[in-house]
Amino acid sequence: MNIQKKRNHFPDRKAEDRVKDFQEVGLPIDFELAQKEAGRCLQCKHAPCITGCPVEIKIPEFILEIKNAQIKEAYHIIRKDHFLPSVCGRVCPQEKQCERLCVLAKTGEPVAIGKLEKFVGDEAIQKQYNQSSKIKTIPGKKAAVIGSGPASLACAGELIKNKIAVDVFEALHKIGGVLVYGIPEFRLPKKLIEKEIGVLKQMGVQFFEDSVVGRTIVLEELLSEYQAVFIGVGAGTPLFLNIPGEKLNSVFSANEFLTRINLMNAYAFPEYDTPIPNASDVIVIGGGNTAMDAARNAVRLGAKKVTVAYRRTENELPARKEEYHHAKEEGISFRFLISPLEIKSDESGKAQSVVFQKMELGAPDEKGRRSPIPIQDETELIQADMVIIAIGTQSNPLLPTISPKLKLNSKGYLMVSENLETSIPNVFAGGDIVTGAATVIQALGAGKKAARQILKKLEKE
Amino acid sequence: MFPIVSKKKYNDTIFELEVEAPKIAKNALPGQFAVLVAHENGERVPFTLADCNKEKGTVTFVIQVLGKTSSYLLNENLQSIPHITGPLGIPSHIDETKNHIVFIGGGLGIAPLHPIMKAYHQIGKKNTCIVGFRNKNLVFWHDRLSQYASKMLITTDDGSMGEKGLVTDVLEKEISIQKPDLVYAIGPLPMMRAVSEKTQFHGIKTIVSLNPVMVDGIGMCGACRVTIGGVTRYACIEGPEFDASQVDFDELILRSRQFKKEEDICLRDYLKNGIKK
Ligand SMILES: Cc1cc2nc3c(=O)[nH]c(=O)nc-3n(C[C@H](O)[C@H](O)[C@H](O)COP(=O)(O)OP(=O)(O)OC[C@H]3O[C@@H](n4cnc5c(N)ncnc54)[C@H](O)[C@@H]3O)c2cc1C
Ligand SMILES: Cc1cc2nc3c(=O)[nH]c(=O)nc-3n(C[C@H](O)[C@H](O)[C@H](O)COP(=O)(O)OP(=O)(O)OC[C@H]3O[C@@H](n4cnc5c(N)ncnc54)[C@H](O)[C@@H]3O)c2cc1C
Ligand code: SF4
Ligand code: SF4
Ligand code: FES
Repeated sequence: MNIQKKRNHFPDRKAEDRVKDFQEVGLPIDFELAQKEAGRCLQCKHAPCITGCPVEIKIPEFILEIKNAQIKEAYHIIRKDHFLPSVCGRVCPQEKQCERLCVLAKTGEPVAIGKLEKFVGDEAIQKQYNQSSKIKTIPGKKAAVIGSGPASLACAGELIKNKIAVDVFEALHKIGGVLVYGIPEFRLPKKLIEKEIGVLKQMGVQFFEDSVVGRTIVLEELLSEYQAVFIGVGAGTPLFLNIPGEKLNSVFSANEFLTRINLMNAYAFPEYDTPIPNASDVIVIGGGNTAMDAARNAVRLGAKKVTVAYRRTENELPARKEEYHHAKEEGISFRFLISPLEIKSDESGKAQSVVFQKMELGAPDEKGRRSPIPIQDETELIQADMVIIAIGTQSNPLLPTISPKLKLNSKGYLMVSENLETSIPNVFAGGDIVTGAATVIQALGAGKKAARQILKKLEKE
Repeated sequence: MFPIVSKKKYNDTIFELEVEAPKIAKNALPGQFAVLVAHENGERVPFTLADCNKEKGTVTFVIQVLGKTSSYLLNENLQSIPHITGPLGIPSHIDETKNHIVFIGGGLGIAPLHPIMKAYHQIGKKNTCIVGFRNKNLVFWHDRLSQYASKMLITTDDGSMGEKGLVTDVLEKEISIQKPDLVYAIGPLPMMRAVSEKTQFHGIKTIVSLNPVMVDGIGMCGACRVTIGGVTRYACIEGPEFDASQVDFDELILRSRQFKKEEDICLRDYLKNGIKK
C-alpha cells in the first residue's frame, strides 16, 4: 500500500486577515478532509500514539469511525477518556504527545490526531451529540468542586454522570479557568466552552461564581455540607524577574495582559470598561504558550513591532509548535539567547526600552536541557513602550487560606496521595495546583481520576 | 445577583451603597474589601467593606465618584449588582498591646477606617480620630465614627468646619500632647505619604491601606504589585494594609495614574452614550 507521507493540509485564515481581529485562526474542518486524513492511519495493533496521550484515548478506534463516517461513534469513543475534544484538539501540544509517537512520524508526518479530534469535537457540539438531560442524583450525596478550570470541569462532569450532585465554586465572575481568562479567543473560541458548560448545567451541575473558597466560604463549611471536595484552583500567580523597572507603567505580567483582553474583553474598550493601553513596540519575555498568546494578542491590538525574547534557542522553545509557526506568520520577531537585565523608563514613568544580556548555551542540566549562561560584557538595548513578562506562574499564596491543614510541598503546590487525596480526608485535588503549570489534557485527566476516587469513597459510605 | 438595599448620596461625589450579600457579610473582617462588577461589560473594581450587618446579611460601600463605574453606580436606578466577590485581602491585625491609637482619614478614606476603629473600640481601646475634608459640604460619617472615638477632630482646607488646615498639622499637635502607640492612615496617597513622613520622624508605627489598580483581586494578575521594604508584594492578597514606613509611595503614585487616559475616554463615552446593552 502506498501511504501518503505528508499529512493533509488543514487550512488557517490568512495571516494578514486574522491579525486584524480576534476570531479563530483555524478554519472549520470539513468531513471530506477529516475522512481523507483518517485514511492515513495504519490502525496499528500496538498503537504507540495511545501511550503518548496523557489520558490514553483509543486513537485508532475513533479515527476508524471517522473513516467510516460514524462521527457520533467517534465522539463517544473519545468521551470515554475526556469530555472536551473540541478544546484538546485545539490546544494539546500534540507534537510532544500523541503525534510524537505515531509510527508515521518516523518516515513522514504523523497522522493529524489533534485536527481529527477537533473535527469530532466540533461536530459533536454542532449536532448536539454532547447533549444530556437532567440527571437524577442519589439523595444525600453531594460533592463540592473548587475552581472551574479543566480539572474541575472534568471532575464535576464525571461525578454528575454517576449521579452525584455537584456544586462548583469559582472565584472569578466567569466559569472556565484558564480556558476563559488565559487562552485567547483566536485559539479557543469562548462559545465552545460556554456550550460545554451549558451541557454540565443541563445535567444538573450548579455553578457559583464570585465564590472564593477560603474567603467567601471556608472549607470547613463545605465539609459540613458535602461528603467530598475537589480542589482544582490552578497555579495562577505570575512570576516576575525581579529586575529594575518591572513596576514601570506599561509593564504587565502575561496573566494581567491576557486577563484584561480575554476575561474582561479589553480589546473592545470602551464598549467594555476594562482598558489596555496602546503600544507600538512590544517586547514579550518568555517562550511558552503564554508568551505566544501575549505576543499574538499584542499584534491584534495594533502594535507595529512585537518581539519575543527567549533566553535559550528555538530548539528549547516550550510553546506548541503550531503557535510558534502562527506567531511567525503573523509577523512576530523572535530573539533568542538574550535575557533582560533592566527595563528603562521615559520621563513619564513608562517603559521605554529593555537592556538585555546576551547568552550562550552551557552544559545540559539534570533534565538534559542546556542552560543559558551570560556572555560577559555583551548587552543590547531594544526599544519597547510595552513589556510583557511571561516567565511562568507559581502556586497562589491564597491557597493556604482554603485550609491551613492542607499540606503543601516545598514549591507550594498541594501534596496528594496516589489517589489524589490531600492531607484532609475526603478532600481531593488535581490539575496545575498539584503538578505546577501543565496542560489542559493533564488537568482533565486528573479531574476525572479524582472523581473516580470520590465515587469509590462515596460508595463505601 | 446582589440586591441593592439602599443608596444614600452625601454630596456630589460621595455616596453609600448597601447591598445584600449574606456570605460576604458573614465572613467579613475589618480591613477587607470586595471586588464589584457593576454591569455585564463592567470592570472589576475594588471597594472597601466599610460596614456590614451580619444579621441583615448586608454590606455597605462608600464610594467616591471618579470614573465610569462609580458614576454608573450613582446615576443609574439599579435594583442589583451582578457580581460582588469578597471578602478579600488580609484582615486588619487588631493589636491588643496598643492602647492609644490615632486614626487619620482623608476624604473618602474615613469610610474604610470605620470597621477598624470599631474593632479597637470594642476591645476597650482609646481612639483618637482625625478626619480631613476640603470643605464642610464634603463631610460625611463623622457622627458614625465619633461613636468609636474618645476624641474626634475635623479639619477642612478652607476652615468651613473644624480646624482650618491639614490632618498632619492636627496630628503634630496630638503627638505633642500624647504620643500614640499606633497610627492608622487611610486616604489619598499624598496624604498617607505625608502622615508616614511625620510619624516616622517621631518613631510611631503607622499602618496604611493601599489602593493600587486591581483586576482579579485574588493574586492571579500582578496588577496590584507594590514595593514594600524593597520587596514586591501583591496588595490584593498580601495587603491592602502595610507598614507605612516601608511603602514606596512615589512608585505607587506613578502606577495609579497608569490608565488615566483610558479612564477618561471610558467616562466620557458613558456620559455621552450611556451603557450599551
Ligand atoms: C496563557 C496560557 C496559555 C496556555 N496554553 C495552553 C495550551 O495551548 N495547551 C495546553 O494544554 N495548556 C495550556 N495552558 C495550560 C493550561 O491552561 C493549564 O494547565 C490548565 O488550565 C490547568 O487547569 P486547572 O483546572 O488545574 O486550573 P485553571 O485552569 O487554572 O483553573 C483554576 C480556577 O480556579 C479558580 N480559583 C483559584 N482559587 C480559587 C479559590 N480559592 N476558590 C475558588 N476558585 C478559585 C481560578 O479563578 C480558576 O478559574 C495555558 C495556560 C495559560 C495561562
Ligand atoms: C483595596 C481597595 C479598596 C478601595 N476602596 C474604595 C472605597 O471604599 N471607596 C472608593 O470610592 N474607592 C475605593 N477604592 C478605589 C476604587 O477601586 C477606584 O476608585 C475605582 O476603580 C474607581 O472606578 P471608576 O470606574 O469610577 O474610576 P476609574 O475611571 O476606573 O478610575 C479612577 C481612579 O481609580 C483608580 N483605579 C482605576 N481602576 C482601578 C482598579 N481596578 N482598582 C483600583 N483602582 C483603580 C485609578 O487610579 C484612577 O485614579 C479602593 C481600591 C482598592 C485597591
Ligand atoms: S487529548 Fe490531546 S494528547 Fe490525547 S489524543 Fe487528543 S490531542 Fe492527542
Ligand atoms: S500510531 Fe499513528 S498510524 Fe498508528 S494507530 Fe496511531 S495514529 Fe494511527
Ligand atoms: S489584583 Fe491581580 S494579583 Fe492582585
